[in-house]
Amino acid sequence: MTPGEPLIRWEWIAAHLGDVGHRILEHLVLTGLAVSIGFVLSLALGVWAAHRPGVYAPITWVAGVLYTIPSLALFALLIPFTGLSVLTSEIGLVSYTLLILVRNIVAGIRSVPADVRESALGMGYTPAQVLWKVELPLAMGVIVAGLRVATVTTVGLTTVTALIGQGGLGYFIIDGIQRFFSTPLILGAVLSVLLAIALDWLLVQVERLATPWARTRQ
Amino acid sequence: MGAVNDLSLLVPPGEICVLVGPSGCGKTTTLKMINRLIEPSSGEILIDGQPISRIPPTKLRRRIGYVIQHIGLFPHRTIADNIATVPRLLNWPEDRVRRRVDELLHVIGLDPAVVRGRYPAELSGGERQRVGVARAMAAEPPVMLMDEPFGAVDPIARARLQNEFLRLHQELRTTVVFVTHDIDEAIKMGDRVAVMQSGGLLAQYAPPEELLTRPANDFVARFVGADRGLKRLALTTVGEIELGQAPIVVEGQPLGPEGAGAPTMPAYHLLLDDGRRPIGWLNSRRMAATGKTSRDQADESSPFVQRDTNLHDALSMLLGLAVQTAIVVDDQGRYSGVITLEDIARALRSAIESAPVPTPVP
Amino acid sequence: MAFLAAVAAWLTDPLHWQGSDGIPTRVMEHLELSAAATAIAVLLALPLGIYLGHSRRFGFSAVNAANVGRALPSLALIALALPVSFALGLGLGFWPTLIALVPLGIPPILTNSLTSVREVDRDVVDAARGMGLSGWQLLFQIEIPIAAPIVIAGVRNAAVAIVATATLGAVVAGGGLGRYIVDGLARQEHERLFAGALLVALLAIVTELAFGVLERLAVSPGVRRELQPGAPD
Repeated sequence: MTPGEPLIRWEWIAAHLGDVGHRILEHLVLTGLAVSIGFVLSLALGVWAAHRPGVYAPITWVAGVLYTIPSLALFALLIPFTGLSVLTSEIGLVSYTLLILVRNIVAGIRSVPADVRESALGMGYTPAQVLWKVELPLAMGVIVAGLRVATVTTVGLTTVTALIGQGGLGYFIIDGIQRFFSTPLILGAVLSVLLAIALDWLLVQVERLATPWARTRQ
Repeated sequence: MGAVNDLSLLVPPGEICVLVGPSGCGKTTTLKMINRLIEPSSGEILIDGQPISRIPPTKLRRRIGYVIQHIGLFPHRTIADNIATVPRLLNWPEDRVRRRVDELLHVIGLDPAVVRGRYPAELSGGERQRVGVARAMAAEPPVMLMDEPFGAVDPIARARLQNEFLRLHQELRTTVVFVTHDIDEAIKMGDRVAVMQSGGLLAQYAPPEELLTRPANDFVARFVGADRGLKRLALTTVGEIELGQAPIVVEGQPLGPEGAGAPTMPAYHLLLDDGRRPIGWLNSRRMAATGKTSRDQADESSPFVQRDTNLHDALSMLLGLAVQTAIVVDDQGRYSGVITLEDIARALRSAIESAPVPTPVP
Repeated sequence: MAFLAAVAAWLTDPLHWQGSDGIPTRVMEHLELSAAATAIAVLLALPLGIYLGHSRRFGFSAVNAANVGRALPSLALIALALPVSFALGLGLGFWPTLIALVPLGIPPILTNSLTSVREVDRDVVDAARGMGLSGWQLLFQIEIPIAAPIVIAGVRNAAVAIVATATLGAVVAGGGLGRYIVDGLARQEHERLFAGALLVALLAIVTELAFGVLERLAVSPGVRRELQPGAPD
């Protein structure tokens, strides 16, 4: 950027290791909170909508509109009401997880074969037991697939919250842009990609542990 | 060892040649070599004496109708556009294309005004299958290849589609190569049947009659099955045997003087409408008592069969419905006679007696 | 309520509808940038995806490569495009944003066109070849029209993501509607911030709807979802 300036100054990174650790943690908290809240909300909505097309259509419509609104704009629409706060970030981040998660939860539940559901009811399971012991476990593959996409997306969007005073690793990116200083800029970008890949890998492992019956098929 | 080895076969023009055999015997491979979807590693295929390897594949294929099991209708094109595919590839003028499409829709029993603008997803399985056949025939190809064309529809619809196609073939006399794994279908459809063993080896190539009476070897005998005599029923149509006649009465008209009150009066009369289309059986005694011949009294348990239904299908129908008698109608649906289980049994006996003694199979 | 009235006043102030920082200028900047990025992404990804899908080769590695691209956060893309733009002597603003937006648009277009063309029913392809369609006729008359809804959905997803991310161009001194948000934040002018966000949200939704209209016009009713009883969501 400035002539003669190297792309990466390793000594700058070495001097700021504590800061890096702090920002990674912040990023993880912002992302984890958003995906967890989004997942609980989506699970409730998805279970409600799975067998009711009349409910499913409006829910996905609203989630779709939220998903279409650019992230920075959504944060900006909230700021006059909730300020430059963690709350603003989380409302925005949670909104973005809904569409992906609800869609996959509903698709997963609907993919459970009717005869499996029927035989569970026939053996005396209550509808709630069918949901928890049959439908959700069998839908796990599709649900985790949605969770992976939602997590990777949220890691990326979390960097944007740096513009409203949060941001985790996004802090380095904004810092780099404002000072025309490429080291933190590249550091923030690379670390957030690595974080996304790591969380994605982690979810794959969780899925393997949680669905032993699917393993033999691979 | 290839999928097909040393196969040599002559299909006479205008005949239906059926390739039949267990799965993996190379029958589909053979079929796809005829339109060059698969190229043979050696050997030659000739159509009308001309080696097909010298005709560019696309040009060759436009002269050969092709029907496959899952039909492969183009979902994004209307029924009319699907049928028009090859004529348009051949640059027929548009009004000729349109006339041909309507003509074919009539032939397959669909109303052009209704169906022309529909999409494949809006038709039933049987209707789609018919459109597939119509599409293959659109450019009047001298040769048609059919790969399990009726394999994906239910048994009742399949029998109807088979009969329709045989009737159509009577008129058009196209040369057809037909692939199936179902020996019953092969016997019903084929003028000649080629029984294939794995590796594309030809076990026997003969008219169905001969296949059933003189299986060339063990493999063929086992493949056509122990019920060969029963299978021969498929070679005779209902119209070909002498039909019984039932006492009849026409709806709304009084019982004729020859029947009423006579000591030999039959127990039932067959009620026809004024177009001589059968409705059902009326109890003669009750009819004589009330003097009425109305359709709400009629017993409709007897099935209707057409004159070109084969005896094998007629027998299955009677056994399936657990009744003794079927009513035979011509292709306009008019009464033509009745056929009973006993008639079929007689035909079966004579078929077995007239046949040469089959070679005993160890 | 008072705040929303202030936003309405801001939006209707004639001063905000003229000049280099006026709404029409900013909308045009935003559209130019987005359209250029979408067009370049389409030109790069669509022929490649359709070719790979038609030939039924290399599909897996191409989709995988595209998916890695998906993990790149959009802000990081813009950040990384900045040094590239400087190295090429293109400076701030339009160019680094464009450089960042194109790779953002490629994965959805490539993935959708590749998989949808590859997954056209084998029986349909078999029937088409058996009737004597040439390779090109098969591609243009059968495979592309049948794949069209999913191909268009891919372009739509790319375009919506690009319109959204073009907002972030303002962070690297670009124009477009993101200016109102970034400047509103910096100057603590909540009316400007909120009005800009409204306009951006509107533009994204209009983009989405426009592609819905395009799909209606370009896709045969025979392959639209409502005709397919078992179509997935």
